[in-house]
Amino acid sequence: MTAAPSSPTASAILDSAELDRLIAGLSGEGYQVIGPTIRDGAVVYEPLQTAAALPWGWADRQDGGSYRLVKSERNAAFDHVVGPQSWKRYLYPPVQRLWQAQRRGRGFLGVTRNPPTPHYAFFGVRSCELHAIQIQDRVFNNGAFADPGYLARRAAAFIVAVNCARPAGACFCASMNTGPRASEGFDLALTELLDSERHEFLVEVGSAKGAAILGCLSYRPAGDSDIKAAQTVWDAAANAMGRTMPAGVETLLKHNLEHPRWDEVGQRCLNCGNCTLVCPTCFCTTMEDVTDLTGRTAERWRKWDSCFTLDFSYIHGGSIRRDSRSRYRQWLTHKLANWHDQFGSSGCVGCGRCITWCPVGIDITEEARAIRDNGG
Amino acid sequence: MAIGKKPKLAVWKFSSCDGCQLSLLDCEDELLQLAASVEIAYFLEATRAQIRGPYDISLVEGSIATPEDVERICQVRRQSKKLITIGACATAGGIQALRNFKDVDQFIQAVYAHPHYIDTLATSTSIGNHVSVDFELRGCPIDKHQLLEVLSAFLNSRKPNVPRYSQCIECKQAGTVCVMVAQGIPCLGPVTQAGCGNLCPRCRRGCYGCFGPKETPNTASLSHWFEQLGMPPREIQHAYRSFNANAPEFRKESERYD
Ligand code: SF4
Ligand code: SF4
Ligand code: SF4
Ligand code: SF4
Repeated sequence: MTAAPSSPTASAILDSAELDRLIAGLSGEGYQVIGPTIRDGAVVYEPLQTAAALPWGWADRQDGGSYRLVKSERNAAFDHVVGPQSWKRYLYPPVQRLWQAQRRGRGFLGVTRNPPTPHYAFFGVRSCELHAIQIQDRVFNNGAFADPGYLARRAAAFIVAVNCARPAGACFCASMNTGPRASEGFDLALTELLDSERHEFLVEVGSAKGAAILGCLSYRPAGDSDIKAAQTVWDAAANAMGRTMPAGVETLLKHNLEHPRWDEVGQRCLNCGNCTLVCPTCFCTTMEDVTDLTGRTAERWRKWDSCFTLDFSYIHGGSIRRDSRSRYRQWLTHKLANWHDQFGSSGCVGCGRCITWCPVGIDITEEARAIRDNGG
Repeated sequence: MAIGKKPKLAVWKFSSCDGCQLSLLDCEDELLQLAASVEIAYFLEATRAQIRGPYDISLVEGSIATPEDVERICQVRRQSKKLITIGACATAGGIQALRNFKDVDQFIQAVYAHPHYIDTLATSTSIGNHVSVDFELRGCPIDKHQLLEVLSAFLNSRKPNVPRYSQCIECKQAGTVCVMVAQGIPCLGPVTQAGCGNLCPRCRRGCYGCFGPKETPNTASLSHWFEQLGMPPREIQHAYRSFNANAPEFRKESERYD
């Protein structure tokens, strides 16, 4: 796990041209650098060779069911926020083969082939995402139910956080206490300082690994005016949240399991599953056991699943959650209420992905508010 | 399946374009393994040799569109221990089911020089509308990996891994950027069954619904969203009226726009 002191220890100033050397430095240490880049009209997380691949000069407009990249009036690397993917794609891949076995006589001989653990450097992790990773740590480091593959990839990962300058319309991390400023859980954290005078990054160091990488770059120590400039960025972001989650949502939902709003949202919900798959904390998977035609080889695959599928609640006699109403209620109550009982925190970090990437723009903050405002 | 004896496989064609049968021949790498696992007893597209029934597995392509089809599918069913329908024609009636919404006699008069040679039914319907079916494999055309998965499952007496959930889940697993959210392109993916490997969204096209309605599709809500994206009602109707026009959920939704 990333050993992060509770507060960053030192800060430095990097020129924007140094981002390339930072990426090269991480590659030189054996990391595969994954970061934001533009593909098919959205910012996605993919392998980065150079800083030129970052979305320089682009910002994102996000609202329920809508995402558009727009040219920003300045050439910032990080004027966008989170896109359709999250780091869970790398820490907890969507499709994984767990084992393969060969038939021997009347039985099977297990052959486990664990691929070597990839060493990822995640470049541009936002505060909500740091919290989401920590939530998944609690899910997967769960005593008897620990997931060794996840834990190995997680322990090997290097995290470069970025403090958001411009939250998007769907963001509400401030009301979930998960951002917008990254406070812990990173090796290095960047704040982009861009005005007519300069294009630099304030770097905060969160771990010894982070300090070692910073040591390979040319930087100057941060002065008071630099910290002040960064503070302006942090404050502006905190005041620019697109949305708010109503306070007390955990109790609200637990007390309103039969509220008529569930029927209303059930009419709109497509039970398509997008919200759960874009959510950086959802962890549900299904198992598929396959054989080849000859029946000599068998494999077990694990795939991302969603509580919006019928099979998800299938038990003897059929599926329990047959209508959209009950599936939507399962998602929202797990995320915002029952997660507290299970893992000691909310399952939502306010990233807004489920709002933006819902094909019909269903908004969890609006659903919670509708329940509260209508006798909830 | 009987131990020590290779199961007999038959491939049948009804009213269809042959595209789904060809998926079987497309299984280049796996074809040898398939030939080693089954005895190909009847497959006119591949071989003229014909071995008499009964057959352990019958793959049936095509819809029921002529009086002769109706009789023949009953014969095929009688000779088949397991009957698997493949493709949108066999599972929903295919594109030719567009006639179900119109008067077929008018088409015949308009199209053919000698209409009296044409002997056809007023409708094109799925195989499942006429005989009992053991498994329906969707797609226009079917996906060869899914076909191999279904054959492997039947040969090994296990359940096929063919999910009935949305195309969206496949998009997200593959990391495909949603064309509807990021570009405002109407997409049938949220009401369409997964399985094609998100061919269209990967090429920045909305899903055309080739794999038919997913489990519990909420077509009314999606159509409402299409209207908000500015799609004219007639185009919305046409979106549901393609290869799976006669699948009950798509049919019902398109009829709301009559
Ligand atoms: S529930 Fe929605 S806003 Fe909350 S973490 Fe998941 S995707 Fe983000
Ligand atoms: S909301 Fe649904 S998919 Fe997400 S973790 Fe909970 S049960 Fe799983
Ligand atoms: S809330 Fe939206 S994204 Fe989630 S299942 Fe319903 S329609 Fe799909
Ligand atoms: S592109 Fe279509 S199928 Fe894919 S997630 Fe978007 S709506 Fe669903």
